Amino acid sequence: MPDQLLFGMEVALNGLMAGVLYALVALGFVLIYKASGIFNYAQGVMALFAALTLVGIMEGQVPFAHLINAIFGTKIHHLGTPIPEMLDPDVTIAYFNTEGAGWISWLLGGIGNFFIWPINNFDIVLALIFTVFVMIALAWAVQRFIFRHLVNQEPIILFMATIGLAYLLEGVGELMWGAEVKTLNVGLPRGIAEGVESVTEGWFGYGFFLSRLDIVAAVIAAVLVTALTLFSQYSKQGRALRAVADDHQAALSVGISLNFIWILVWSIAGFVALVAGVVWGASSGVQFSLSLIALKALPVLMLGGFTSIPGAIVGGLIIGVGEKLFDFLMNPIIGGATENWFAYVLALIFLIFRPQGLFGEKIIERV
Amino acid sequence: MKDTYEPYVTEDGRQIGGVLMEMKNITLRFGGVVAIKDISFDIREGEIRAIIGPNGAGKSSMLNVISGFYHPQEGEVWFKGEKRKPMKPYQVAQQGVARTFQNIALFEGMSVLDNVMTGRLTHMKSNLLQQVMWWGGAEKEETANRERVEKIIDFLEIQHIRKTPVGRLPYGLKKRVELARALAAEPMLLLLDEPMAGMNVEEKEDMSRFILDVNDEFGTTIALIEHDMGVVMDLSDRVVVMDYGKKIGDGTPDEVRSNQDVIDAYLGVSHD
Repeated sequence: MPDQLLFGMEVALNGLMAGVLYALVALGFVLIYKASGIFNYAQGVMALFAALTLVGIMEGQVPFAHLINAIFGTKIHHLGTPIPEMLDPDVTIAYFNTEGAGWISWLLGGIGNFFIWPINNFDIVLALIFTVFVMIALAWAVQRFIFRHLVNQEPIILFMATIGLAYLLEGVGELMWGAEVKTLNVGLPRGIAEGVESVTEGWFGYGFFLSRLDIVAAVIAAVLVTALTLFSQYSKQGRALRAVADDHQAALSVGISLNFIWILVWSIAGFVALVAGVVWGASSGVQFSLSLIALKALPVLMLGGFTSIPGAIVGGLIIGVGEKLFDFLMNPIIGGATENWFAYVLALIFLIFRPQGLFGEKIIERV
Repeated sequence: MKDTYEPYVTEDGRQIGGVLMEMKNITLRFGGVVAIKDISFDIREGEIRAIIGPNGAGKSSMLNVISGFYHPQEGEVWFKGEKRKPMKPYQVAQQGVARTFQNIALFEGMSVLDNVMTGRLTHMKSNLLQQVMWWGGAEKEETANRERVEKIIDFLEIQHIRKTPVGRLPYGLKKRVELARALAAEPMLLLLDEPMAGMNVEEKEDMSRFILDVNDEFGTTIALIEHDMGVVMDLSDRVVVMDYGKKIGDGTPDEVRSNQDVIDAYLGVSHD
């Protein structure tokens, strides 16, 4: 196979992995939009807030330390030693060794490492669980103090409320955990990336390079989406959730509390935000620009449709692959930085020719 | 009709149930408009109770008061011998009152089976965590509820459309699916808001048959609203007649039919 084609395949594969992250962020939007008609501008900030909280807890930081110090004149900052030891990503003890083996053993080893990771990193798992509870509390507070008072308001008012929420949450995040850039080190399970490289090397004489983080993100996203689908199809609350998304009045008449469902939905969106925040934060540091990933989700939503979970996933993947491939092909001709605008142009084209997106419900209005 | 809360047997041997729900001096206003003016009536266990009246008489408002969608400014609602606190609609549903809507409120994107399954939500006891982990009886519960739902689907003869998304069904079938969902809740009181509205003669006959069968086989107490007098008179045990938010008649179909006020309301005698 010609080198150029192989290189293009590698680019597309990397685009697919980047697309997974876009899909994750878009997924959070779709969940809330479906259930309550709220376009949640704060989804990106929720990802930032979740990542900040996770790092804060892992480092044993005291929340609101600056505020407490300012008021009481104390000098607290950390709770003794950091709770988990910061892991060196290259620590390989207790991981399956997958080097120089055939594809079966790297597959088994790679999968095995996913299961060993939580055992090796039990402290991180604890911090994650704690963060999940923080996100649930946040969901409750958002519903109790903001959206409960805005029931039956115009969509634009709800949207403005989420913009307010975004900046409020950013401020609270900074107040709680400080404004400096933090590194998030979660000691990723290893093996699959190396496996992909060695196997493709064997097949094509050219090893595909995939970032270990991207692969982990893809696996986590796949698990998450499967779990969400099963939950919404086969559980009592999932069915109630779909019912609320479909018709509020009918949902009330079969005994569903809208308030409970909305808190549930914000919690799930918070959990999805946590996953997106961890993955993104691990690759580029936990900093306040993280909240801008929300903007990356917009073209994904226009492509996939605002109300479709499969749409968010496929849309994310298309945009991820599309922008990487477009850049690869067009860069020599028109010069760089196409990644900045490609997604938005694609979204514009969709808005003109198929405004409901790939999977969205077709809008028919009877006159 | 005896004036007692307890069940009794009439002289001609008919079983009359105890009072299940009682509306006491209900008044409902929307701003300056009085939709319901000081109305009292009761619903007895096991009966089919109709609320009729011309358009705009306040029938639907009354149903919405019973199901908790509207809250009356004055008056009391008594259910199972207890005064009901002001409740949200979902709380009323959890108490065992199911309803259908005049303009059909189904979950259009979900299949018939899933729609009917939502009717079982109030009977599912396992909590969120158990549901997520699919443990602690969650699976058994789902199976048991599924069996119950299949029975109701059989009963209402909608097996052939079990997997069809509701949005694709014709109007008459949608009405039947809505009835199935309400029935799935095994309600103590079933409220039907114009179950026959917009149907052709054949569909009306089908629906009447289903309402009677439900009442017979499950012993469900039914309160229904209709403005088509003919259907109601054949169907119901007792009838409340409303006009301009007031109660102008209450009794068996025969009593109501011979009531001069009712005849006037339906024939449109000028009010002077």
